[in-house]
Amino acid sequence: MMAETARNPQTSFQDMILTLHDFWSRNGCLILQPYDMRMGAGTFHPATTLRALGPEPWNAAFVQPCRRPTDGRYGENPNRLQHYYQYQVILKPSPPNIQELYLESLKLIGIDPLAHDIRFVEDDWESPTLGAWGLGWEVWCDGMEVTQFTYFQQMGGFDCKPVAGELTYGLERLAMYIQGVDNVYDLNFNTPSSSEAVGQQAGRGVSYGDVFLENEKQMSKWNFEVADTAALFDLFEKAESECKLSLENNVPIAAYEQAIEASHVFNLLQARGVISVQERASYMGRVRDLARGSCEKYAEKLMPEWQAKYPEWSL
Amino acid sequence: MSDFLLELRCEEIPARMQAGARAELQKLFAREMDAAGVSVGEVQVWSTPRRLALIAKDLPLATEAVREEAKGPPVGAPDAAVDGFCNKNGVTRDQLEERDVKGRATWFAVIEKPGRATSEVLAAAIPAIIRDFSWPKSMRWGAASLSTESIKWVRPLSGIVALLGDELVACEVGGIASGPATRGHRFHASGEIAIANAGDYAAKLHAAHVIVDHEERQDIIREGAAKAAADAGLTLVADEGLVIENAGLTEWPVPLLGRFDEGFLDVPPEVIQLTARVNQKYFVCEDAQGKLANAFVCTANIVASDGGAAIVDGNRKVLAARLSDARFFWELDQKTPLAVHAEKLARITFHEKLGTVADKVERVAKLARWLVESDIVKPTSVRPEPVEGPSSLSEDKGGASTSSARADIAELADLAEQAARLCKADLVTEMVGEFPELQGLMGGYYAEKEGLPQEVADAIRHHYKPVGQGDEVPTAPVTVAVSLADKLDTLVGFFIVGEAPTGSKDPYALRRAVLAVIAIIRTGLRANLANLVGVAAQPILDKWLAGSPEHLAHAKIYARDFEWSPKKQAEARDIAEHTRGAVAFPRQMFFAGLADIADFFADRLKVQQREAGVRHDLIDAVFALGGEDDLVRLLARVHALQSFMATEDGTNLLAGYKRAANILKKEDWHGIEGEIAHTGEEDPLALVDDPDMKAVIAAKMTERHAAELSYTPEKAEKALIDALDAAEPKAAAAIEAEDFGAAMAALASLRAPIDAFFEEVTVNDTSAAKRSSRLDLLARFRVAVHNVADFSRIEG
Repeated sequence: MMAETARNPQTSFQDMILTLHDFWSRNGCLILQPYDMRMGAGTFHPATTLRALGPEPWNAAFVQPCRRPTDGRYGENPNRLQHYYQYQVILKPSPPNIQELYLESLKLIGIDPLAHDIRFVEDDWESPTLGAWGLGWEVWCDGMEVTQFTYFQQMGGFDCKPVAGELTYGLERLAMYIQGVDNVYDLNFNTPSSSEAVGQQAGRGVSYGDVFLENEKQMSKWNFEVADTAALFDLFEKAESECKLSLENNVPIAAYEQAIEASHVFNLLQARGVISVQERASYMGRVRDLARGSCEKYAEKLMPEWQAKYPEWSL
Repeated sequence: MSDFLLELRCEEIPARMQAGARAELQKLFAREMDAAGVSVGEVQVWSTPRRLALIAKDLPLATEAVREEAKGPPVGAPDAAVDGFCNKNGVTRDQLEERDVKGRATWFAVIEKPGRATSEVLAAAIPAIIRDFSWPKSMRWGAASLSTESIKWVRPLSGIVALLGDELVACEVGGIASGPATRGHRFHASGEIAIANAGDYAAKLHAAHVIVDHEERQDIIREGAAKAAADAGLTLVADEGLVIENAGLTEWPVPLLGRFDEGFLDVPPEVIQLTARVNQKYFVCEDAQGKLANAFVCTANIVASDGGAAIVDGNRKVLAARLSDARFFWELDQKTPLAVHAEKLARITFHEKLGTVADKVERVAKLARWLVESDIVKPTSVRPEPVEGPSSLSEDKGGASTSSARADIAELADLAEQAARLCKADLVTEMVGEFPELQGLMGGYYAEKEGLPQEVADAIRHHYKPVGQGDEVPTAPVTVAVSLADKLDTLVGFFIVGEAPTGSKDPYALRRAVLAVIAIIRTGLRANLANLVGVAAQPILDKWLAGSPEHLAHAKIYARDFEWSPKKQAEARDIAEHTRGAVAFPRQMFFAGLADIADFFADRLKVQQREAGVRHDLIDAVFALGGEDDLVRLLARVHALQSFMATEDGTNLLAGYKRAANILKKEDWHGIEGEIAHTGEEDPLALVDDPDMKAVIAAKMTERHAAELSYTPEKAEKALIDALDAAEPKAAAAIEAEDFGAAMAALASLRAPIDAFFEEVTVNDTSAAKRSSRLDLLARFRVAVHNVADFSRIEG
């Protein structure tokens, strides 16, 4: 507990993350690491998508970097980024006290529900790409959306049996709120007065801007202006064929990775503005086929294992 | 007698579903109680985001015992019949009683239904209500969802309170057992709140910071928000939808006023209001001058420890971020002229068969110009003052009517074409991308900022109008030209390519479009509808029949010359029927569409007139005349008829008409109309009521009138002939002058003579000549009446 009391989630982005890790770890979650691929949302992480399938319990929490090329603003917008973090919690089956657990986590990172107005506002989720949908809310803190809260009902076109609860915290937004800053780049990444700090960073705080501002500038330029579109089109085709090859060879996890890849390449092509309105639907359909095909193959492959443990269970 | 309390707790119910859920709960409860024979007093239903509650007064503690008898098969009937009867009534064979029915021994089942304890009925009813409850969207949850058979609810169901009097109604559904305790406010109350009975439920919850009565919460929000604004010297912009939504999002509503940076007021007020309302569910305020103020009212769900300062500050920041996005769009959009935005419309498909939005804009621009050049839309509108939208800006800049008055036709045509070319440009702006409901409005603002003529900006802003009944109908000439052209193009286009509404499906809102066209024309435009449709069809046909040039020229001429008559419509449908087949498909659609569109107009107009309180038979009486494609004239006739039928002259004339028509029918006398050949060489599609035949009939009439009667007419007969001689030209002249009131008055002069004629003259005279002349006279009377309206359609 010594380490925990030293943390200050109200003044440090990394302490906020560590506090969430501690909390969800205490509450039975595996603390996973980010998936090492570019993706648009934490929901794409196989620990969410693929693990939402099947009858087995699964409780995990992790940070996932998200890339949304079209949201890039060259570091000039105080709250829009092409790369940011989501904190993702998946609880399967959804526990009866899931809302209470979530609210407790907010208290721990410094949001007092008797001083701030916390609300659960209807917001259902649907991802045609993943053949998935769920019901839930966006959670408001004083009018700001800080979390997406979803009960998955279907994934990859299959009913979720059992239903998983998914919490997606917008980390930068929450931190800006808690630290009281209006510009994301002004966030403290760590606690400035950290006397334990070593080496060159001793005595000096590091801001979110120190870490990511230059990255946002360069990546915005690359996303919008530089990326070789011919190469991207080529990458899309390659990911698609690699996905199909993997499906044929019954390695659906590998196929799913290629679906993630194709989805991100498509987002990059969108940012480069080279996909017309008519083509857009067709590309989205291709990504959807890859993702769904992977989910189907995954379920099919694991079916014997699931049924061995849950004889009554069926897809 | 006891009162019953049912509370169903769950995670947050979407605000928009709560009213429906209350009605559903009440309905299902009534269904269950009716089925069980439990009489119920007053029923009260409440909702909060986290609970549905029902209190039913004065339930008996038990239902009454019922004894029912059922007559079965006769004694000695086959075993199968007797067994079936026993099964149906839930009795065994030895329980049957034998009775005599008209001398025949017959089996009877006597079913004793003992009274049931109401608590038992309720214990069965509650799970049934929950299982049968219909939500717009429902879900499964938790460990039980390992099977898809687990119960469904709008969000996870967490608790049930069921008390009859002071007693718990024990029941269980989906693993949730009923209990006597509820929970209070999520943050202001902890632990369980014991409820004794229905009587203390609301008060106990109130003590736990939950106002369970949604109407009470609505009152608090409505009054509290108004007071918060007044305390700041402002006036709240009332918004009942927001009141209800915020009441559905809170259990303990606390309206709080906050301020935003005044600099944001540069952004149009509609944008600020929409951002605040749609995204944040805030009210907005106005200052003493009625201008939007830099203030908002949000509704918190807690009594904050700091009085709400942190909440207001947080909400202010969120709104500021939203408004800076809006301001960014507002400024960015203005950097590009509307004409350049409009170029991007070539990338947006309007409809697969009707081309891009740019194609549509091109058609609308030409049609708008044509409407002016052919004098349908005139430089000065009928009303001296143009009625413009709610925007105060357009009034301030003024001059729209005066400058239009100055404009000659050429100038107006240029303005109309310019406005039409720009009217859809805002669809590709960032602001409209974010808030589609601002289409038109933003184009108007951007046109003003660009310094375009005010008439053009107004036309862009208002060209979607009227968007429904009760919406303002544009009258400024440029706006009228663009609005009418836009709607005609949409209507005609979809009909020609075979996308007319079917049944309840109207994906392109064509019913609304046709009502809008009718409303615009009714402001006083004199136009032949068939002609408007024919002209609007020309450029659409160019595209639609581009693949078959051999048909294109013919179709274009056919559309141009099309008339709205039963004959022409039947002909067009006949051609459509004969051009079936893959190659001719577009052509077939065209002919059928052309015919259908006339009916579509007539149907919508009838519906609209009925809704406006005009008797449907009077509408039919005028529509039955056919061949009328001038809306203004048609409606004038309907309204004159309505006034006339409200008078004594009208009802008496109708009585005389019916009598004459009955005699003619009985005698199978078609009079002069009957002498017009309808066979052989004539168009087989010609109908008796064919307007084309009117001239021929009239000529025959004159000829016949000139002929001397072969006998001396009786006094009343002569009087009717004289009256018709006098009334016919008067009525004809009045119709020519479109003075339908005068035409009706001319007809009214026939009332006394026709009454006297029936009184004094025998129609079926033994003399064939007299009989024939008198029947002709009645036929002549009928024709005279038909010139005004088809009285056979009028009831009474």
